[in-house]
Amino acid sequence: MGALLAADTLHGPKVDWFALTPLIILLGGAMVLLLVAALTPAWPKRAYALFTVAVGSAAAVMSFILWDRINHQGAKTLVGDAMWLDKPGVWIAITVCIGVVMAALLTDDYLRREGIDGPELYVLYLLAALGAIVMASANDLIVLFLGLEILSLALYVMAASHRKRADSQESGLKYFILGGFSSAFLLYGIALIYGSSGSTNLGKIESYFRLNPILDHSKETLALAGVALLIVGLAFKVAAVPFHFWSPDVYEGAPTPVTAFMASVGKAAAFAAMLRVLLQGLPHWAQDYRPAIWTIAVLTLVGGSVMAVVQTNVKRMLAFSSISHAGYLLVGVEAAAHNAGNGLSSTGVSSVLMYLLVYTVLVGGTFAVVTAVGRTGDGATDLAGFRGLGRSKPALALGMTVLLLAQAGVPLTSGFVAKFGVIGDAVRVHSYAIAIIAMVSAVIAAFLYLRIMISMWIAEPEAGDDAREAVRVPALLCVAITLSVGFTLAIGFFPDWLIHAAP
Amino acid sequence: MIAVAHPTTTWYLLLSALLFAIGVVGVLVRRNPLVLFMCIELMLNAVNLSFVAFAKRMGDIGGESTVFFVMVVAAAEVVVGLGIVVAILRRKPNATTDDLSELKG
Repeated sequence: MGALLAADTLHGPKVDWFALTPLIILLGGAMVLLLVAALTPAWPKRAYALFTVAVGSAAAVMSFILWDRINHQGAKTLVGDAMWLDKPGVWIAITVCIGVVMAALLTDDYLRREGIDGPELYVLYLLAALGAIVMASANDLIVLFLGLEILSLALYVMAASHRKRADSQESGLKYFILGGFSSAFLLYGIALIYGSSGSTNLGKIESYFRLNPILDHSKETLALAGVALLIVGLAFKVAAVPFHFWSPDVYEGAPTPVTAFMASVGKAAAFAAMLRVLLQGLPHWAQDYRPAIWTIAVLTLVGGSVMAVVQTNVKRMLAFSSISHAGYLLVGVEAAAHNAGNGLSSTGVSSVLMYLLVYTVLVGGTFAVVTAVGRTGDGATDLAGFRGLGRSKPALALGMTVLLLAQAGVPLTSGFVAKFGVIGDAVRVHSYAIAIIAMVSAVIAAFLYLRIMISMWIAEPEAGDDAREAVRVPALLCVAITLSVGFTLAIGFFPDWLIHAAP
Repeated sequence: MIAVAHPTTTWYLLLSALLFAIGVVGVLVRRNPLVLFMCIELMLNAVNLSFVAFAKRMGDIGGESTVFFVMVVAAAEVVVGLGIVVAILRRKPNATTDDLSELKG
C-alpha cells in the first residue's frame, strides 16, 4: 500500500516560473514591505517610496526580458492554459509598472505633507499592480475576475485611505458599492457564457462558438445575454458613459496620487481585459456587440467632453477628461471588432495599447502637478487653486501646460500620436462616422484644458491669493513631472519607435 | 394523487435571475450602506446558483469549483467593505448614502 502510494506521483500543470517573474517580484516586494515595515521602526524619509520604485522597475525590467523571449520563442499560454505570455500582456505589464513608479513618486511627499506617512499605500500599489497584470494576461474568465478583484479591492482601500478627510472615505464607499455592483454584472456574464459554451477558458469558448456556429435558441439567448453583461461590467470599470457616474466623485475624493494610479493602471487593465474577452473569447459575436461598443464609444466621447465644460474642480475636470480618453480607446476597440477573427493581431489593438502607455505617463504627470497645487489638506484643487501659478511657479505651470496640451491631442506631443493612432485605425476599417465624432469631441474637450491654462497664466489675481499657502514641489514630485513631460515631448517629436514597438 | 413537478435546470436559472434582480433593485433603491452591501452579496450568490445549475446540467466540475473562488472574493469584499463602512459610521453614526453628499453626484 505504501509503495503503491509512493509510486503514484501526481502531475500538476507545468508552471513556467520564469514567465511569472514580474508577478512574483511585485508580490514579493509587497510582502517584504508589509512585513519588514511592520517589524521595524519608521523608515527614513523616502525609503518606502524608493523601495516601491525599485520593485516596480525590477518588474518592468523582467517584463522587457520576457518581451525579448517572446520575440525569439513566440507567445504561449502558462499555468495550464490559464494565462497568456504574449506581447499585449507584457506591454500592459510594462505600462502597469510605469504606473506604479509614477504613483510611488507622487505619494511620498503627499503622505508626509498630510502627516499620514506609512507603508500601507505602497503595499496596495504593488498588490493592485499584480491584479492588473493578472487581469491583462488572463486566458480564463475566472482568472480575469480574480485579477479584477485583486485590483479593485486594493483600489477601494486606497481611495478611502486618507483618514483625516471625510471626502476620501465617502469616495471609497461609493467606489466600493458601485465597483461591487459592476463586478456582480461581470460575474453573471461569465456564468451565462459558461452555461452556453461549457467553459470559462477563452480559447475553449472561442473554439466552441466557432465549431458550433448554429446554436439552439436557448443557448444563443444565454450567450447574447452573457456578452451584454460582460460589456456592461467592463464598461463600468473603464468608466464609459452611461456607466461613468462613479468616476468624478471617486476621482475628486480619493487622495490625488491614488487618483493618478486608478486613472492609469485601472484603465489599462480594464481595457486589456476588454480586448481579451471581446477579441480572443467572443469574436464569433463581433457582429452583435460591435454596435453596442459603437454606441458606448460615441456617448463616452461626447458625454465626457461636454460634461467637463461645466466643472470647476480640476480633479473632476480630469475625471471627465479621463472619461473622454476612454471614448478614444473605445474607438480603437470598435475598429478592432471589425476584424475580430484575428484576435489580438487585428487593426486597432496596437493603437489602443500604445494609447494606454502614453496615457499612463501623461496622467501621472498631470496629477503630480495637481498633487502639488492641492496644498496641505489636498483641498485646493478647484480652478482658483491654480490661479497665478504662472507667476509663482512658472516652470510647474509650463510643465502642466505641456501635459494638458498633450491630453488635448495637440501635434508634437504624445497625446496627438495616441489619438491619431486610434482615429487612423477607425478610418482604415471604414468607420468614418465615429472618426469624425472623435475629432469633433477632441475640439470640445480642448475647451476644458484651455480653462485650466487660462486659470494658470491669464486669470487676474484676487485679494487673498498671496495669503494662500505657497505651492511646494518636492524632489520626487519634480522627478515625476520631468519624466512625464520629457516622455510626452520625446514621443511627440519621435513617435516612430513606439509605433513600431507596439504589438 | 398530486402531480409532482420535477425541478429542471431552468427553474434554478430563473430563481437565480430573480435573486440577481432583487439584488440590483436593492442597490438602486435602498439607502443604508450595510443593506447595499447585503444586496451586492445577494447578487454574487445568485450568480453562484447559476454556476452550480449549469455545472450540474453539463456534468462539469469547473462551474462548481468556480463557486469557491467567488465565495473567497465575496468574503474579501466583506472585509474591505465593512472596514470602510465602520470608518464612516464612526465619524457620522446613522449615516445613510444621502448624508454622504460632500461630493456632488
